[in-house]
Amino acid sequence: MPVKTYREAINEALHQAMREDSTVIVLGEEVSGGAGCDGSRDAYGGVMGVTKGLLPAYGEARVIDTPITESAIIGAAAGAAQTGLRPVAELMFMDFFGVCFDQIYNQAAKFHYMFGGKAQCPMVIRCTTGAGWRAGAQHSQNLTQMVTMVPGLKVVCPTNAYDAKGLMLQAIQDNDCVIFVEDKILYDTSCEVPDEMYTVPFGEAKFYREGSDLTIVAISNPMHKVLAVVDRLASEGISCDVIDPRTTSPLDEEAILESVETTGRLIVVDEMTPRCGLAADISSIVAEKAFDSLRAPIRKVTAAHSPVPFAPNLEDTWMPQESDIESAIRDVLEYA
Amino acid sequence: MSTETNSLLEPKSTEQLLDAEKFLQAYRAMRTIRSFEDRISEQFMKGNIPGFLHLYSGQEAVAAGICLLLDDNDYVISTHRGHGHCIAKGADVGAMMKEIMAKQGGLCDGKGGSMHIADFDKGMLGANAIVGGGPPIIVGAALSAKTLGTDRVGVAFGGDGSSNQGTTFEAMNLAVVLKLPAIFLFENNGYGEGTHASYAVGSRDIASRAQGFGMPAYQVDGTDLFAVYETCRKAVEHCRAGKGPVTIEANVPRFKGHFEGDPQAYRGEQEVEKLMKDQDCLAIARARALKEKIVKAKDLDRVDQEVAELIEQATEAALAAPAPDDSELLKNVYSSAY
Ligand SMILES: Cc1ncc(C[n+]2csc(CCOP(=O)(O)OP(=O)(O)O)c2C)c(N)n1
Repeated sequence: MPVKTYREAINEALHQAMREDSTVIVLGEEVSGGAGCDGSRDAYGGVMGVTKGLLPAYGEARVIDTPITESAIIGAAAGAAQTGLRPVAELMFMDFFGVCFDQIYNQAAKFHYMFGGKAQCPMVIRCTTGAGWRAGAQHSQNLTQMVTMVPGLKVVCPTNAYDAKGLMLQAIQDNDCVIFVEDKILYDTSCEVPDEMYTVPFGEAKFYREGSDLTIVAISNPMHKVLAVVDRLASEGISCDVIDPRTTSPLDEEAILESVETTGRLIVVDEMTPRCGLAADISSIVAEKAFDSLRAPIRKVTAAHSPVPFAPNLEDTWMPQESDIESAIRDVLEYA
Repeated sequence: MSTETNSLLEPKSTEQLLDAEKFLQAYRAMRTIRSFEDRISEQFMKGNIPGFLHLYSGQEAVAAGICLLLDDNDYVISTHRGHGHCIAKGADVGAMMKEIMAKQGGLCDGKGGSMHIADFDKGMLGANAIVGGGPPIIVGAALSAKTLGTDRVGVAFGGDGSSNQGTTFEAMNLAVVLKLPAIFLFENNGYGEGTHASYAVGSRDIASRAQGFGMPAYQVDGTDLFAVYETCRKAVEHCRAGKGPVTIEANVPRFKGHFEGDPQAYRGEQEVEKLMKDQDCLAIARARALKEKIVKAKDLDRVDQEVAELIEQATEAALAAPAPDDSELLKNVYSSAY
């Protein structure tokens, strides 16, 4: 099977969806780049290069560079979605949610319910997230928890290229507003990705490793750190169930609960601030529904409760690291 | 509507309003910005600067021109392209260099970096990495000035791209409604990343759009320090006299990419070379000042020399400074104990 990067996988999904369905459009700042300029069009193909090649293939009517106007981009996507198109809107950095949040959680998320099921909002909002780029407090946040808590939104966090393609094709088909969260650290990672179209269903977790001593749930980029640690500790005989929910809304509670019922221990790892976050949410679900199975306190491994600092050493301290994951593992294993 | 409050003026730099002292002050600021940025560009290539750099090169006359009219009590708020505004407002170049290199002694303790650089002692309320984040905040600063009965003014720098943002519209309207001493200073360099203003700005220009909000608006050639100064003088006087906000649209070139490392495939052939040859505000200011005998060449050479030394020292000191202590991570999340 061909090996593709996370970036290429999403690009391929967009190409295929646009080829299949003429109502799919892509819009956002610099989704092609070069609009109105003297040089080449499609100069950026999205600031992360994810939408490259769509403009030459599908033209300006379907690949739309916008001014810097996030509220209008998201609102227009929602309006178009309500009236016959399937927009994929790009919000360069998830940090820019703040500018357009009303259009996301008061508008797009609520149409279907508020209008008694008569309206639909089949749109995707692509955004990049994640620290590690030394990009400072306004370009590094993972705000997945903020959208996960909004009823009506579906939230997707692919950790590898295979999932990214399948989840994107699923997202474009979906009739609800889907927030598609791309960790910018992952764009150049690769794995085997089929050329043909396929979907990965929402609400179905993926098991990266199967084991009996403890359950580790990890969201987004930290999954890769978890795998490195778990593989190292395997030589000591430590055996972990490693679960990637893939979508935080809907959440595959069943997979997590079943796993904890056999291992009796849970660690949740994400790169968000700790309060009211996904780690806290998943911990509370397990505490509530699988309390009898627990043999050790649940451990959350998250970022620190601070804005993301600029200085590299501080940013590294802020992020959950392999050493934090390893000590959490050793910690919960101390309980008999 | 009276022409007094709604005319689109385009002052030409016919008057010579800058004496030797003022000119040298502006020239020093411009030269410092250019040299500072040339140096950080080089240090970035060497891997000594983390993160992103968005350089101001080519736009120096705007920051220098307006800041000649402001003192430490006046406020400015900046954009992701903020080094020039920070330097022109009088920030310590050594502390800026340390901040950009993420070192101890940086203006923001290494927490902010290039995109979030600030110097509150100098009335510089911060570079802002959210496009359109600044204008509402400068409206607040202007509200403080008015409410507290000072004659301070607030200047929100923004690009042509930011002029399309809803936050900017709301801020401009509120400033008009409350008659606040705010200047919306748009530096139209033609580009918002790789999208041209001719595509992204739907109105004829930014100034006429601002007029629609009910405030006077000026357009000025931002490569001409003298014209910038003359225009800004009118705007600042208008604000200090309690007549409400003003918009200025300064047309400037952007010599660099959107960010350092931007391949700029969207730009025309030889475009940058031509701009640098014909529209370099430093060269233009220098030539005019010499022609009109405001200063002598040796005065300008001396400034160049002093600035070069300053930048050299700032770079060496920043390179030698230690990174912030890891324990700083949770300091200043709140201003009182959590
Ligand atoms: C709310 C928001 N949207 C998008 C961006 C990404 N971005 C950063 S700078 C920029 C272009 C800004 O253009 P302009 O206002 O003209 O300023 P210039 O870069 O020309 O100085 C964009 C789109 C951002 N930082 N914030």
